[in-house]
Amino acid sequence: MLGYIARRVLSTIPVMGVVALFVFLMLRLSPGDPAAVIAGDYATAEDIARIRERLGLDEPIVVQFFQWLGSLLQGDLGISIFTNLPVTTLIAQRLEPTIMLTLTTMTFTILVAVPLGTLAAWKAGSLIDRAVMIFAVAGFSIPVFVLGYMLIYQFSIEWRWLPVQGYKSIFEDGIGPFFRHIALPTVTLSVILIALIARITRASVLEILQEDYVRTARAKGQSETKVLLRHALRNAAVPIVTVIGLGVALLIGGVVVTESVYNIPGLGRLVLDAVLKRDYPIIQGLILLFSFVYILVNLLIDLSYTFFDPRIRY
Amino acid sequence: MLRWSRRHIMAAAAVALPLAMAAQAVPAQAESVLRVIPHADLKNLDPIWTTAYISRNHGYMIYDTLFAMDANLEVQPQMVDTWTVSDDNKTWTFVLRDGLKFHDGQPVKAEDAVASLKRWGERDGMGQALFAVIESLEATDDKTMVMQLSEPYGLVLQSIGKISSNVPFIMPKRIADTDPFEQISEYVGSGPFVFQADEWVPGSKVVYVKNEDYVPRSEPPSFAAGGKVAKVDRVEWLYFPDQTTAMNALISGEIDFFEQPANDLVPIMERDEGIVVEVNDPLGNIGFARFNHLLPPFDNADVRRAAMMAMKQEDYMTAAVGDPKYWKTCYSVFPCDTPLESDVESSVMAAGSVDAAKQALAATDYDGTPVVIMQPTDIPVLSAFSLVTAQKLRQIGMTVDVQAMDWSTLTSRRAKRDPVDQGGWNMFHTWWIGADVINPMAIAFSGNPEAGWFGWPSDLELEEYRTAFATSTDPKAQKDIAAKVQERLYKIGASGHLGQFFVPVAYRDNVDGLIKSPVQFFWNISVDR
Repeated sequence: MLGYIARRVLSTIPVMGVVALFVFLMLRLSPGDPAAVIAGDYATAEDIARIRERLGLDEPIVVQFFQWLGSLLQGDLGISIFTNLPVTTLIAQRLEPTIMLTLTTMTFTILVAVPLGTLAAWKAGSLIDRAVMIFAVAGFSIPVFVLGYMLIYQFSIEWRWLPVQGYKSIFEDGIGPFFRHIALPTVTLSVILIALIARITRASVLEILQEDYVRTARAKGQSETKVLLRHALRNAAVPIVTVIGLGVALLIGGVVVTESVYNIPGLGRLVLDAVLKRDYPIIQGLILLFSFVYILVNLLIDLSYTFFDPRIRY
Repeated sequence: MLRWSRRHIMAAAAVALPLAMAAQAVPAQAESVLRVIPHADLKNLDPIWTTAYISRNHGYMIYDTLFAMDANLEVQPQMVDTWTVSDDNKTWTFVLRDGLKFHDGQPVKAEDAVASLKRWGERDGMGQALFAVIESLEATDDKTMVMQLSEPYGLVLQSIGKISSNVPFIMPKRIADTDPFEQISEYVGSGPFVFQADEWVPGSKVVYVKNEDYVPRSEPPSFAAGGKVAKVDRVEWLYFPDQTTAMNALISGEIDFFEQPANDLVPIMERDEGIVVEVNDPLGNIGFARFNHLLPPFDNADVRRAAMMAMKQEDYMTAAVGDPKYWKTCYSVFPCDTPLESDVESSVMAAGSVDAAKQALAATDYDGTPVVIMQPTDIPVLSAFSLVTAQKLRQIGMTVDVQAMDWSTLTSRRAKRDPVDQGGWNMFHTWWIGADVINPMAIAFSGNPEAGWFGWPSDLELEEYRTAFATSTDPKAQKDIAAKVQERLYKIGASGHLGQFFVPVAYRDNVDGLIKSPVQFFWNISVDR
């Protein structure tokens, strides 16, 4: 097992290398020039050229790449072109909101989606099953920003129960303000994941419920709760956990929109702003970070298979 | 021993959560705070290094200026107490007023002003023009600065008292000595507010606190001039990337002031009884259609003028702005209702029509060369301008290729002088705030293709008039010269002028003391909670 983990961790190095090269080239070959954005409306072409020179953007792409790679290997993600702050500082400022939003979303999603999907499978063909599936289709279809605006309108504007926007730290501002501010973004971001995971859970559990050993368990007189939790759900867990892992990737995309709609100063907003301004060091740093997180989540998911299915050995 | 059942835990949570939420609902406001949604995110803190308006506004928060423009568009002293001009108009002596202090506690000295002006003069267009006639600029003692000119210059005060980017803000000498093409890394001014660097979250939040040591002038505030009295303890700029969320935050009372709401959201806020929506900038913005004078078909003045004839301002303003109370037609190249407003030669646009434009185009040698219009789809006003122009040009018989892109792409592409098939362009649209095009010295009116603005018009006569305007010290003569500048601009078909429009501000009705101005200032504003 330890050998497997070590091999997987080592295999992330070439993957990250390819990601770094790809991101660098993609940004440099796409249209847009940070120097022109900095120079503003009054600048002459000569001003822009001078700013490019100061930023080192007039160097050949190969030179720029190896300069960046050299810094990267020393743990330096560079300096933001616009804010003049280290990229690591900018990421650190925004890490907490994104991590907390991700955690609350995944927790809420699992707590709702798995029971819903299991219930739908258990009551397959019933009104409950149909209702869950209608919710799943609707949840998967509705765009994140539309749902966000609808929730804001109802809960913040009409009823005034929850704030429209912003983020409060659970560590600095306390649990009450934290939940008041994170509640709507969490629900908004969760709906699409709940829809996805509930459907997969239903399908997996339904398949298991038709297995001989489930019939045997029932014949032995075990309660339905035990049959569902001990036999059906645990054996259906591997595909469910896989989809939860995929959900993290979906979340990375959804976080960008949700953080904008709810004005949460997280990493999603940071990457969006950086793309619009062509702040290359920030974009490069964030895509590397997101890639690393995604690889890590996949590793954890793979390792979790051994817990749910003892037959799996690495 | 107490055993926690699921029921106990749920009951405890049911009690604890509302209590925690209730605790949050009681605000512990010991200080007055003004919460603002600025028009853009403050990404850069050096208002000399960048021309971004948001950096300029940041500059006004923490720095002070030697002179400042008032509501009559006249320049008034701000940090300067007295000044004298020699009989030959070549020696200017400025004396700073008492009590000026930087946020680090150091007194403001004349040497700080000298260093700040020199750095500004490297980057700003009016600054460069001024420094072209400055022989020497020196501090003769702690409070006195002497400017020696090589020849009389009519825009000395207008230059160092200019209201918009780049504003000659005064910084400590050690900071102002920074290379003008590199960003400063220390943010110490002597203005009415102090920047809180440790609370700055780029892309989200900027915080300023009241400068307790600031000594405001005694005159009432007027544009950038007069007394800058900070009436709140703290100003928070909270950037919202999403306009709808920004509006919702204002409606729910989480925000006090929204600097530039989108046109389509304004009617919703106007219907809310707790929100005031009004135009705060009396000069507004001027829409521009910019031709590339280097490439066919717009390398021909007759083709440019034919295109301008088709540009009916009402169509542009209706498409881009909508509600007529937020725009008006204005055929003067200088903003309407300002001293240099003129109607000279403007009939080419004012009396133009599609039919007239069609005839004028037919009389040229236009051969069907496609016109590449860059359309910035992420800026609704400019996107609409682009589409209206495309339609107008098609109506008069031109071939048009509208290329959609984001503003960042446009800003880099417009700097290219190459042919269209090598990344060049024929047209783009923009707007200037009225205060930036108030006189012929604006780079938008340049006729010098080497040092001029994108589009690169070339007209020696125009440049001679602009130089004459700068060196004239007689306001009447300046007005006459400005009219000649306008005449040349229309004769050569420099740019299409698309109308004057106004972006309102929206704020809660407990906010008081807004200063009407082309730049949003935050002194003199109070919040009644």
